[in-house]
Amino acid sequence: MTTATGRSAGTGADEKPEHSADRTRRFGPGTPLRAAAGFALAAIVLFAVAPLVLGDFRLNLLAKYLCLAIVAVGIGLAWGRGGMLALGQGVFFGLGGYAMAMHLKLADAGPGNLPDFMQLYGQIDKLPWWWEPFANPVFALAATVLLPVFVAFLLGSLVFRRRVRGAYFAILSQALAAALAIYLIGEQGTTGGTNGLTDIQGFFGFRLDDPLNQRAVYFIIAACLLLMLALVRQLMHSRYGELLVAVRDAEERVRFLGYDPANVKLVAYMVAAGMAGLAGALFVPAVGIISPALIGVVPSIEFVIGVALGGRATLIGPVLGAIAVAWAKTTLSEQFPAAWTYLQGLLFVIFLAFLPNGLASVAGLVRRRRPAPADRKAAQPKSVPLTAETGGAGQ
Amino acid sequence: MTLVFSQLFTGISIGAVLLLIALGLSLTFGQMNVINMAHGEFIMAGAYTVYVVQQIITNAGVSLLVALPVAFLVAGAMGVVLEFLLIRRLYTRPLDTLLVTWGVALILQQLARDIFGAPNVQTRAPDLLTGSITIFSSGDGNDLMVANSRLFILTLALLAVAALTLGLRMTPLGRRIRAVVQNRDLAAASGIATGRVDRMTFFIGSGLAGIAGVALTLVGPIGPTMGTNIIIDAFLVVVVGGIGQLKGTVIVAFALGMMQSLVEYSTTISVAKVLVFLTIVAFLQWRPQGLFTLRTRSLA
Amino acid sequence: MSTQKPAGLRIRDLRVVFDGFAAVDGVDIDVSPGDVRFIIGPNGAGKTTLVDAVTGLVKATGSAAFDGQELLGRKVHHITRLGIGRTFQTAAVFEELTVLQNLDIAAGTNRGLLTLLRRRKSVPDSVAQAMETIGLTSARDRLAGTLAHGQKQWLEIGMLLVQDAKLLLLDEPVAGMSQDERDTTGELLGMLSEDRTVVVIEHDMDFLRRYARTVTVMHAGRILSEGSVAEVQADLKVQEVYLGHAKATSQALVQEV
Ligand SMILES: Nc1ncnc2c1ncn2[C@@H]1O[C@H](COP(=O)(O)OP(=O)(O)OP(=O)(O)O)[C@@H](O)[C@H]1O
Ligand SMILES: [Mg+2]
Repeated sequence: MTTATGRSAGTGADEKPEHSADRTRRFGPGTPLRAAAGFALAAIVLFAVAPLVLGDFRLNLLAKYLCLAIVAVGIGLAWGRGGMLALGQGVFFGLGGYAMAMHLKLADAGPGNLPDFMQLYGQIDKLPWWWEPFANPVFALAATVLLPVFVAFLLGSLVFRRRVRGAYFAILSQALAAALAIYLIGEQGTTGGTNGLTDIQGFFGFRLDDPLNQRAVYFIIAACLLLMLALVRQLMHSRYGELLVAVRDAEERVRFLGYDPANVKLVAYMVAAGMAGLAGALFVPAVGIISPALIGVVPSIEFVIGVALGGRATLIGPVLGAIAVAWAKTTLSEQFPAAWTYLQGLLFVIFLAFLPNGLASVAGLVRRRRPAPADRKAAQPKSVPLTAETGGAGQ
Repeated sequence: MTLVFSQLFTGISIGAVLLLIALGLSLTFGQMNVINMAHGEFIMAGAYTVYVVQQIITNAGVSLLVALPVAFLVAGAMGVVLEFLLIRRLYTRPLDTLLVTWGVALILQQLARDIFGAPNVQTRAPDLLTGSITIFSSGDGNDLMVANSRLFILTLALLAVAALTLGLRMTPLGRRIRAVVQNRDLAAASGIATGRVDRMTFFIGSGLAGIAGVALTLVGPIGPTMGTNIIIDAFLVVVVGGIGQLKGTVIVAFALGMMQSLVEYSTTISVAKVLVFLTIVAFLQWRPQGLFTLRTRSLA
Repeated sequence: MSTQKPAGLRIRDLRVVFDGFAAVDGVDIDVSPGDVRFIIGPNGAGKTTLVDAVTGLVKATGSAAFDGQELLGRKVHHITRLGIGRTFQTAAVFEELTVLQNLDIAAGTNRGLLTLLRRRKSVPDSVAQAMETIGLTSARDRLAGTLAHGQKQWLEIGMLLVQDAKLLLLDEPVAGMSQDERDTTGELLGMLSEDRTVVVIEHDMDFLRRYARTVTVMHAGRILSEGSVAEVQADLKVQEVYLGHAKATSQALVQEV
């Protein structure tokens, strides 16, 4: 919304306060109607506008961005709402991606054959045991999500239960990302090493070099993103979502109400991990590669900047932020790699030091200029309200 | 037998490097609770300082000795500027600090790339430090040799620890630093300018990163991304060692170095990394606050 | 709200040691069901630490049992689920949530997963009632962080109400409140104590005189004296260590007359 329309809406509210209050109740942020409208709009953009406007190449790029956006939605939940700075999402992205790529590599090679890179490096003549189950498509698909969720469960239940401090959690997540990347690089014979798993030809019987199939992949990704948004929206607006915010702001206090905060956090962390895994799995057919370069410390932190940019505690902010950052990176980094690095550094500094609520807080400022409807007391929230209900009340 | 000793010595020298890079963090992270991801880039700055000094002073030995204090000042000054411009505003938001300083780290890396070029640069080690001495002669050709550079780093690390310990105990500044760590409000109430103490703490912690950078030129490549590769390990050392405790950092640095070296010997580097990580997670189950803790009273 | 017979708290030889310093040093206390027990004592006497020990926040030795159930050694949230609620010396509410959401969370410890994962459709009766009691009905959609200090304290008490705690441990509930706010809190306290056992830590002697049924005086981690308000005030030992506050009490008396 531009400032101009914001103002004209404000004048309207001045003249007919009751009507405006009524409208806020039905269309205000967080209300089901507004959400439905938002989802419809997003669906139109993703399923109709984008495929019509964009050529094959750009649509494929968008598909890649949407995968990153799925990761961002999960980070928004875990970090924005739950206060867990998940700096190791690359691990889950990688687990999902490798699970998918392993299956696709095996399918490409055909039954009984080794994937091409294993033949190339020639150190082994038999498929490693841990590759074997991935030949089964159902197992592989389930693993793309369940494997990350399981690892998140292990790490999360160890870390959260022992009341390890938030900073430690962030550092341990990073260390896990570093360890996994180093492991994958080191075990070249069975993981493809630095190159990763590349040159993937088919996707469950469809050839990936066919533009039509690539479009289908794009549609699958877009649908998954909308689904994940719906899921996270439900979580955010549920009682669980309120509890999660409570745990973020005063974990010990929640304990004294009889809840175990570790469980509350664990759920959000596992959901975020599952979403990163799904995103990694979808990334493989869209881009045709998964490699340690997408998993380590650096890419894991990069996932976070889009979330911070868009507004960590909002639903849609992380999506828009992730897409914007990914787009800027593609556009800038090839021609002006130095400029991109500086910009990225500046984004971290500006958005985390000075605009911790992201661009959403800028939007919030614009909105707050509007006079408050007469029947509501202005509550003067000290920051952007984090919950839907207060979003309506605070204005 | 010699093999065991030689692995032990490798472990000690890995530990000494870990100790040097973690020592500054045990001040800024351990004492002040600031997660400064740009610490690795301060180390990088220290390493490049050697490179620059060697452009001016050709004698490798002299240049190394000159570089030590210069690197301390350069990295320390960078730390003070960072503290003053950004970190000061973020003391109540440690996780945001982590990300902000990551951004600063990216900028510093790119600056290094723009100034010194993307490829690694070479420095010369003094002759005295290029050889190795035989600690133990077995007679069957399996002599136990230790590189002089490694001994130098070990000595430097131990000297730094000693200086820091004494400084914290004996000097007025050290006493003030410890007072602020233990009870910030009380310290402020008793007339200590906590802001200035913070800045000094940050100066010393960052300066130690510069010293570590000088030492690293003797054992590894000097390049724009050298900081990123070591920073996580350094943080792990402080986390496991325990907040606010120097001795924890020292013990854990050597323990982790030893473990890395032994596991690496029996498996591979990549497996060793994963095993070390798992051990650390398991250790934190047992002692979530690290090896040694400073008790404070808070709900958090 | 529970109508069952309130139960009592029984503490034996409770000891909390911080790095060799005994903050609570062998304390025995019995609070009978339905009592309103005030615990007073100079700063650092160990009052808050006592409550911390009973609610599982710090490790302690000895025994603390409520309703026959041993509390020591249990996790904080398990102790809470046995019906023990507390407030903190500095108000601890969820500042970024609304009054309604704060209370709803407190009321919801026993909700199943499915209820948790759904949106709140209506305000639960107990929450509506508690909001009325603490006088925050009109502020139900305000963020708790925007409330006045006194209102935050009341919100905490409201959270105890809906939590259905049988034993309430209040740590300085009227500190920093105006006289009017104190009176309101006192009324709340009366209401709370109708069917609950209440332990109040307080420095305000006027407040104590008006609302306490029994008093325990702590000093340096030990019990100095125990009894009715009059008994404790007459105790010479108390007057000795507590001279400043005794004076304050008589001053308050004078002012009132
Ligand atoms: N976690 C801790 N570590 C070390 N010492 C502590 C800790 N908690 C409390 N103490 C010490 O224990 C003693 C008792 O403290 P406590 O807070 O229980 O006193 P109090 O009676 O509540 O005082 P006040 O009236 O000021 O609230 C104090 O000397 C305090 O410094
Ligand atoms: Mg107290």
